[in-house]
Amino acid sequence: MAYSDKVIDHYENPRNVGKLDADSENVGTGMVGAPACGDVMRLQIQVDDNGVIEDAKFKTYGCGSAIASSSLVTEMVKGKTLEEAAAIKNMEIVEELALPPVKIHCSVLAEDAIAAAIEDIKAKREKKAESAA
Amino acid sequence: MAKLNIPVYLDYSATTPVDERVAKAMADCLTLQGNFGNPASRSHVFGWKAEDAVTEARANVARLIGADPKEIVWTSGATESDNLAIKGAAHFNAKKGKHIITLKTEHKAVLDTCRQLEREGFEVTYLDPEDNGLVDITKLADAIREDTTLVSIMHVNNEIGVIQDIEAIGALTRSKKILFHVDAAQSPGKVAIDVDAMNIDLLSLCAHKVYGPKGIGALYVRRKPRVRIEAQIHGGGHERGMRSGTLPTHQIVGMGESFRIAHEEMETENAKIEKLRDRLWEGLKDMEEVYLNGDFEQRIPGNLNISFNFVEGESLMMSLKDIAVSSGSACTSDSLEPSYVLRALGRNDELAHSSLRFTLGRFSTEEEVDFTIKEVRKAVEKLRDLSPLWDMFKDGVDLDTVQWAAH
Repeated sequence: MAYSDKVIDHYENPRNVGKLDADSENVGTGMVGAPACGDVMRLQIQVDDNGVIEDAKFKTYGCGSAIASSSLVTEMVKGKTLEEAAAIKNMEIVEELALPPVKIHCSVLAEDAIAAAIEDIKAKREKKAESAA
Repeated sequence: MAKLNIPVYLDYSATTPVDERVAKAMADCLTLQGNFGNPASRSHVFGWKAEDAVTEARANVARLIGADPKEIVWTSGATESDNLAIKGAAHFNAKKGKHIITLKTEHKAVLDTCRQLEREGFEVTYLDPEDNGLVDITKLADAIREDTTLVSIMHVNNEIGVIQDIEAIGALTRSKKILFHVDAAQSPGKVAIDVDAMNIDLLSLCAHKVYGPKGIGALYVRRKPRVRIEAQIHGGGHERGMRSGTLPTHQIVGMGESFRIAHEEMETENAKIEKLRDRLWEGLKDMEEVYLNGDFEQRIPGNLNISFNFVEGESLMMSLKDIAVSSGSACTSDSLEPSYVLRALGRNDELAHSSLRFTLGRFSTEEEVDFTIKEVRKAVEKLRDLSPLWDMFKDGVDLDTVQWAAH
């Protein structure tokens, strides 16, 4: 199978690889997928007090398209509010990376990772608000 | 020729390049000046000459497996041979019984043929191999029933290269008067085959894994005691009625020449390939979390199947863009299932997703092996730096205890 130039670019020069402190109250972590299925994505977002994503990091176990999808997603979410990030749809990733049909699940996984990371940070903030109240 | 040919070809179990000597022999059987006749033409010299060439090729193929040339039936390849052997024997013996035994790690040409027979009302037992990929002969013996008419076990596994104890299986099936079919697509030139000593009744062969052309194969059909099969392709009654169709002289000559060369050179060639394979394994085995799949001793010289834990096979191949290998991981085959062969060995999905198959051959060099070691180490390191599973492993997390959101 031939990969698109964009997949190869993200695969060879992945953006924002790394790890943020999962225990920090400004960090939301989303881990989706399963080793048995051949892909696991960990997406982390660092959110400022205005709800804007100021940093994002990922690590992914999976095929080239899965790695490229998560790399792209870290670029897409930076600078967005949580609401804007939550509105990102997997088809935007498919179009940007020109993923073939058999790789669409990689983009779905990336969308799930964003949702999971947002959910994590929202849960943390609600918990904090509750304990403050 | 440069000793380091980039991209490096390490996928000899998928197919081999045609040997120059074979290509030359084939080219001589095509044009007006060459041996182009129809081997079935009995009325002129063109036919006779073509028939002579086919006869010589038949003898070369028969010699490598210890058979009589009359026992060789030309086919289009191992897939057709497997179909002809299994369907042909099952149908012919359907009145005696409708039970077949095979192995879970067989090639799809055997497994899917068996599935088709199941749809026709046959019963098939699919044996589990041991963790090293080999058949436990007592488990095979236990699976035999009154109505078992055929056992089909491959000689050399295409993914992990392990060699089954065909002689022991043949002794068992012969004593039980059950037909024994062997898919030997991967063995010519790599492991000795002796259809008599091994009590094989039907044996599938092909040319393109032995430096011959694609599109030609053969089925060995035992004459004493006579094995009868039902034809699957009907027509002019070629190959004693077992497989009709005009014989492709150039393809057959190519297969014959490739088997002749294999017979003459296999000993020295295997020693050379084994040394290279061991060099490759030596260069990789000290890495963390690297596992060899399949038995190391009962294995053909050219095969290494390795799982690099916490790295996904397809992305690893993507990193190895200057090296042609194959992966047991899902995505390459357009299905999302990891290698069924590795799963049958009891490897977990993770390790099955993380496997690469390196297969070396006649034209492999030390320089290519050293280049491969360097590239693989670099790629695995890079991908582990990207892998959340590697992070977790390094943090001491037991991945089996994690609740994954399977999708």
